[in-house]
Amino acid sequence: MSIEILQEGSGELIGWHDPDENRRWVLENKTRDLRDKRTTVKEAVATFVRDGDFIAFGGFGHVRVPMSAVYEIIRQRKRNLVMAGKTGVHDADLLIAAGCVNKIDVAYAFGHELRGLSPASRRAAESGQCQVIGEISNAGYQWRFLAAMMGVPFIPARTMLGSDTLKHSPCKVVTDPWSGKPVCLVPAAYPDVALFHVPRCDRYGNAQIDGILVEDFELCRASRRVIITAEEVVEHEVIWEEPCRTAIPFYVVDAVCEVPFGAHPTHMPYAYFFDEEHIAEWLDVSQTPEGAEAYFEKYVFGVPDFEAYLERVGGVRKLNYLKQVEQFKAPMKVPWSKGK
Amino acid sequence: MAEQATTFTPTELMACVAARLLADKRSVLVGTGLPVIAAVLAQRTHAPHLLIIFEAGGIGPLVPVIPISVGQSPTFYHASAASSMHDVLSACQAGYVDYGFLGAAMIDTYGNINTTVIGDWARPTVRLPGSGGANDVGSLCPRTIIILRQDKRRFVEKVDFITTPGYLDGPGARERAGLPEDTGPYRVITQLGVYGFAEPTKRLKLVALHPGVTVDDVQANSSFEVLVAEDVATTEPPTAMERRLLREIDPAGIVIGK
Repeated sequence: MSIEILQEGSGELIGWHDPDENRRWVLENKTRDLRDKRTTVKEAVATFVRDGDFIAFGGFGHVRVPMSAVYEIIRQRKRNLVMAGKTGVHDADLLIAAGCVNKIDVAYAFGHELRGLSPASRRAAESGQCQVIGEISNAGYQWRFLAAMMGVPFIPARTMLGSDTLKHSPCKVVTDPWSGKPVCLVPAAYPDVALFHVPRCDRYGNAQIDGILVEDFELCRASRRVIITAEEVVEHEVIWEEPCRTAIPFYVVDAVCEVPFGAHPTHMPYAYFFDEEHIAEWLDVSQTPEGAEAYFEKYVFGVPDFEAYLERVGGVRKLNYLKQVEQFKAPMKVPWSKGK
Repeated sequence: MAEQATTFTPTELMACVAARLLADKRSVLVGTGLPVIAAVLAQRTHAPHLLIIFEAGGIGPLVPVIPISVGQSPTFYHASAASSMHDVLSACQAGYVDYGFLGAAMIDTYGNINTTVIGDWARPTVRLPGSGGANDVGSLCPRTIIILRQDKRRFVEKVDFITTPGYLDGPGARERAGLPEDTGPYRVITQLGVYGFAEPTKRLKLVALHPGVTVDDVQANSSFEVLVAEDVATTEPPTAMERRLLREIDPAGIVIGK
């Protein structure tokens, strides 16, 4: 007896592999031994991010986004990237505006949460410069990574049913052979490369996250290549002290880069606040293509690396201020707010 | 009447009306903006044991001030757990979450929500952010509460795109599609009034008007004929205490100041 397919979404199926094919890939390409993976962001991006890759970023919205790597991808002028818009916000907006990403699979994109819509990436989506290849919900995307992490072809879910989100997704609806009710199958998604920013990581790639994990636990295990940027690269013995806090295990990681303030201008829980003044500057200048181009000249192409960028955005004084806001010791500034 | 504030804004009223809908000792999944403000207001007034949950993993926080992002540290400040999206949305699917709170760009007569595109999907006039966690909330929660400002463009007979399912095309449609039983939109709150869903048709129905608003105002700001309950109530304006608490939750006026 075969399971009846009740509905098939029309979204492009991106990042799916036959589970046996992916097992073979893992066997041939991933290492199992503790080896020193420290490198620079420049080198990591040059080695592991290739034109045309299906790419995903850890964190969520404006939280714990590996921005130093985002800037480096722009600086190296990577092209034709297909982005997992699993709540892709500042990262997606910049990469689309810079011409690096020209296809996106959308759970949430083109917005800056409470700050409003993204002028640059919306313009790209409405003109067709960036193609939306499908829609899905946050749980749907999340469970696509869960399926990949588990090495199974799909996960059954009870969300999205009856909606146009499902109609434009790569999911299928079948009859559950047990309950007899329709159920949505979300296909596994294996990004070619995923990048994460974490508070601490050892040289082998054992990474710890303070606060919510969002979907980093599943995403890192689903991705073929993983780049970690960390506020601090710590000794392996520090990981020994509390191994229960390791969210990302070394054997899925390919590169480890130490980048203090590497999430700027996004937020690092317990460490530093969003740089709302900088985000407001981007939202303002990106209203025109010329403004966006000038922004990239000033903050990406016009600086050799992330350290020089941090100087340009305000240096130690600004960074200390952002630390204080996170500790409720200084008031936040929200220049984009129309409130009183 | 001394308790009542003399003046208030539509946003303040919407936040208060939303807060009053949340019962104590229940759980609510919220996003940023008015939903989190309403949930925190409820927690600081009549519902001290309200369990607030954020989709990115914050479970049971005492939110100090309004978060700008749904994954920001206030979403797990003094929380029971800082967990993950898989954990939270699985809990939602398994039945642990009572209320869901959503914003919307457009809503239709069956409570279906569009936050994806205006116009054609492939070549949209306006591209909006998409589902995010909204479809999951609207699919899985027993009682979804939707907050939006209404006008003719936003209150439509049929949305261009069903990002998040309401009652789809009428009674029984959710169950036929496979969505969990006894779930769906519960209330819609706008600057003009509060709506429920008529039985058995599941069509939007006005149940309360805000002070000074008439049924004509409602019809003038809707592109379809809104059903009106026989005994339309009038909402209570915000009290001085509620207004003070709203300022505490959103001191910079990011949402409340709008």
